Amino acid sequence: MATRREIIALAAGGAAAAWLDAKSSSAAPHEAAAAVAEFTGGKSPERGKVTIELPDAVEDGSSVPLAVAVDHPMEADNFISDILVVSEGNPRPAVATFRFTPLSGRAQATTRIRLAGSQTIIVVAKTSDGRFFRAQKPVQVTIGACTGT
Amino acid sequence: MTEKPRIRLPKRARKGEIIQIRTLASHVMESGFRRDRAGNVVPRKIINRFTCTFNDRPVFACDLEPAIAANPYFEFSVKVTENGTFKFSWVDDDGTVVTAEEAIIVR
Repeated sequence: MATRREIIALAAGGAAAAWLDAKSSSAAPHEAAAAVAEFTGGKSPERGKVTIELPDAVEDGSSVPLAVAVDHPMEADNFISDILVVSEGNPRPAVATFRFTPLSGRAQATTRIRLAGSQTIIVVAKTSDGRFFRAQKPVQVTIGACTGT
Repeated sequence: MTEKPRIRLPKRARKGEIIQIRTLASHVMESGFRRDRAGNVVPRKIINRFTCTFNDRPVFACDLEPAIAANPYFEFSVKVTENGTFKFSWVDDDGTVVTAEEAIIVR
């Protein structure tokens, strides 16, 4: 029978292993922030204009619907040119970058993404004159998209 | 990509209307993060770019990362002002490019 001390040691070891695993396989929030900074050229995005449709919670992270939209004109000299999607909890922060032109009519796109675990998704939109708008949304994931075995 | 991509869009539209286009490509989107039973990393193989043009002018594109789910799906909008042809392309990591075309009548 395991002693109390052994059980505590085992539990601590397990927690440490889980932590190491998480450290080695997910993009930490600072990596996500670095990806955003690279996209904005270091500018701080403004709040607003961007909406994210993503479920609050999903059982399976392997295919999660994501819709992004920006409330902004799509005119020849004033439009949304790019929308960056970044993950704080996947092996790498980059998820997708959508590219638009005035012919897009609306700055909106829907796709399906992989989520390795519960995390926050960040969306940053760029205007044709170099302004940035940002929104973020947390999502709970029961079973992550398989990134291990 | 083994099967032809599926594309949904209206056959006709009014001048100036904003239409929705949906596309679905068949692709495993191997992330490059998985390991096989022997413990070896399964090499990355994804569609890394999708583009849509109308009468050869860009309307929408996406740079995809391994975080895009298998069988990449996109829904996006286009403002149509004239008759024309949409051209779609899916670019694979291995250099393969799959293309498709759809016409629309605009009145």
